[in-house]
Amino acid sequence: MANFDLSINQKKHQIDVDPDTPMLWVLRDHIDLVGTKYGCGIAQCGACTIHVDGVATRSCSLPVSAAVGKEITTIEGLSEKGDHPLQKAWLEHDVPQCGYCQAGQIMNAASLLKTNPNPSDADIDAAMHGNICRCGTYPRIKAAIKTAAASK
Amino acid sequence: MTTIKTKYNRRSFLTASAAAGGGMMLGFSWLASCTPAEEASAMLTMPDEWFEINAFLKIGDNGVVTIYSPNPEIGQNVKTSMPMIVAEELDVDWKNVLVEQAPLNTVKYQRQIAGGSQSIRAGWDSLRMAGATARHMLIAAAATQWEVPAAEVTTEAGIIKHEASGKSLGYGDVASAAAGLEVPEEVPLKERKDYKLIGTNVKNVDGPKIVTGDPLFGLDVKKEGMLIAMIVHPPAFGMKVKSIDDTAVRSMAGVRDVFTFSTYPEGIEKTWSDANAFPELVAVVGESTWQVMKAKKALQVEWETTSKAENTEEHKSAFEKLLNGKMEVARRDGNPEAAFRNAAEIIERTYSAPFLAHNTMEPMNFFADVREDGAELIGPIQTPENMRKTVAQSLGMEEDKVSVMMSRMGGGFGRRLYGHFGIEAAVISQKAKAPVKLVYTREDDMTQGTYRPAYMVTYRAALDENKNLTAIHIKGTGIGGSPVFENRYPAGAVENYLVERATYESNISTGAWRAPRSNFIAGAEQSFLDEVAEVMGQDPIEFRLALFEKAMNNPVGEKNDYDAERYAGVLKLIKEKAGWGSEKPGISRGVSAYYCHNSYVAQVVDLSMKENQPVIEKVWAAVDCGIVINPDAACNIMEGGAIDGIGHAMYSAMTFKDGIPQQENFDSYRLIRHREAPLAFETFFVENDIHPTGLGEPGLPPVSGALANAWYKATGERKYHQPFIEDEKVLG
Repeated sequence: MANFDLSINQKKHQIDVDPDTPMLWVLRDHIDLVGTKYGCGIAQCGACTIHVDGVATRSCSLPVSAAVGKEITTIEGLSEKGDHPLQKAWLEHDVPQCGYCQAGQIMNAASLLKTNPNPSDADIDAAMHGNICRCGTYPRIKAAIKTAAASK
Repeated sequence: MTTIKTKYNRRSFLTASAAAGGGMMLGFSWLASCTPAEEASAMLTMPDEWFEINAFLKIGDNGVVTIYSPNPEIGQNVKTSMPMIVAEELDVDWKNVLVEQAPLNTVKYQRQIAGGSQSIRAGWDSLRMAGATARHMLIAAAATQWEVPAAEVTTEAGIIKHEASGKSLGYGDVASAAAGLEVPEEVPLKERKDYKLIGTNVKNVDGPKIVTGDPLFGLDVKKEGMLIAMIVHPPAFGMKVKSIDDTAVRSMAGVRDVFTFSTYPEGIEKTWSDANAFPELVAVVGESTWQVMKAKKALQVEWETTSKAENTEEHKSAFEKLLNGKMEVARRDGNPEAAFRNAAEIIERTYSAPFLAHNTMEPMNFFADVREDGAELIGPIQTPENMRKTVAQSLGMEEDKVSVMMSRMGGGFGRRLYGHFGIEAAVISQKAKAPVKLVYTREDDMTQGTYRPAYMVTYRAALDENKNLTAIHIKGTGIGGSPVFENRYPAGAVENYLVERATYESNISTGAWRAPRSNFIAGAEQSFLDEVAEVMGQDPIEFRLALFEKAMNNPVGEKNDYDAERYAGVLKLIKEKAGWGSEKPGISRGVSAYYCHNSYVAQVVDLSMKENQPVIEKVWAAVDCGIVINPDAACNIMEGGAIDGIGHAMYSAMTFKDGIPQQENFDSYRLIRHREAPLAFETFFVENDIHPTGLGEPGLPPVSGALANAWYKATGERKYHQPFIEDEKVLG
């Protein structure tokens, strides 16, 4: 066990965990931010996607020790009032079915839009390839990303 | 006028009472946790008091209505569509409605199950009755207050009016008086033409919470003093725990307890939901998920073999042997043997599909807090009533001491019909003497069993010298049973018809997987019919329609489990809407139609080949599921069903070597991803006044047939064995 100073959603946290603890479990178990989801634990499904200094990262494979000194953003901190253009577009297109993967999808898409504000279909396919939606809401996710891009 | 007897579900009213203080807390928790669209929270101000009118709804003194959604939500969107039905009959503005998940309560509600695409169909009467009865009682309360005949009082969007006197009141003003009234024996229901809410697009009630990451799912549950539990199960089917060595693990940080346990004590009465390959497990209990995960990996377990270690290759040869041996006859019409003997041409094709895991994105988990005097369970379960029965027996408690609350589920697909994980959580909590949340790793989840069975089926068709279809012979087998529904189409449309079946018993556990049996057989049947049509020189749609004509006008046999007219109806609709026969250059088309879960679906797949890879340009669907409650959400589930069907037919398989699952996570088990999804969808619903039927499952089965038929048009190659694509490496 060791102490780690973290900045999560622009708030400071000090937590005492094993250095190899993945950020996913730090967020979920120790900081009570459960919007970041566990899906596979091996960075193959994207449900646990967070931003590390603004870049989409699979939190299940990011040890807490590697997150020190970086700004961590989770779905809870993506916007102040749940009104990020992607969150609004997600509601407009009524994207979710079960809803479990959607936080990861939104976080991954938000990172994409930061570097590529007007992605093509192929850009979206390439960037979102690591995010599985078992319910099959892929076409709605793509439509919502385009709506959000157009609204910016 | 349509009326409904309230006796149908009179028990729902037994708890009707004025003034329910608990309501205030529910209202508060919603406002505290909801941070979406400002207009919504501004409008829904907290009432001072709630009045429970019946088990399905309560009304605040300010007119805000809370509707309880009785059934578990797995992504099929019943948490929105079931309350819509109540709100329609209550005649309330949806903007003033809050929705709460009801807990398991077999006194108040019926069939709290997410399964068989039956929630809306089975709930249709009780949901309408709940809304209509409440409206009737509100009218009666206002009429008494105004001293006017109730027949002169009307409602509109939560307002009660008496036109002659010009008086009006909000529902909240008379909710208190209404809650104390006697429940009427019979109430009128709206006519379909008067619906204002049913048939409109209403957004998912949990949408704002989903996109902001609010706790909703079982895995998100956290309670005071809660420990994390994980299980270790045998690495192979046909094995069990022999002994454990936990010395190293017990000293690991955060580990509180390690023990072996039996999920079901001897002699208890199990239900079908208790299907489970591994009833004896090792539990590791500790303070945090990561600590327990590490301890679980470090645990030394010795296993022993209890039955044969099976292999996928052996299953294939066993299926072939069964199909070529003597089988059990499931249906026989006419003289199929003679028809095949006299045939000028016989078409025979064999289709197969592998085991599939459900792979809900949220792995299995459950919270249990077992104390001396009772047990509280919370989590994702499609069959809460069955879970409670077994939990009570496993704990040695009366059922009324056990409560089960359903969380929103990160997918179901049938996996959560089998609630062993809830029983396990309860037994672990009892032994560990602490509230626990049992968490399966993805690997636990994928290797635990309850798979879609592997199947094989042979279709044979006999044609005479004029290329008329004279007989069909279907032979089906699979793990735990045949996938063939002997009384479904094309039974009833062919004079000489033979269906035979055989079962292969395996120790690899299987269970219902979205649209059981149909998820395989629809694709095989619809692919085969296309081959027959081609040999006969007929258009695929015209060929199918001719069979429906026969089934309508001159059906063969007594028992045919489909309505040929509605079946043909969806095919005709898709033919018209997709412009069958006039597809664009470069597009190859396949069609398919299937009936299951009381609904009819026809699909057309438009496929193009780019760099030798199939691109699904569009999926067209025509659906007859009776009245559609929430059209855009219905489209969403149809899209998801098609993607599910395409994805699994194309890419997914669970295979076995020496009883060991060869796939255990998404690096080896391939699921459809963004770039493989169809580029466009268009869904059309048949308009009629038939009571609503299933939608969660019917969108899946036919699509693999339409896909295989389009693939053949594009490449000249027929696809008989799933998954269609096996050579590409899985990448996340």
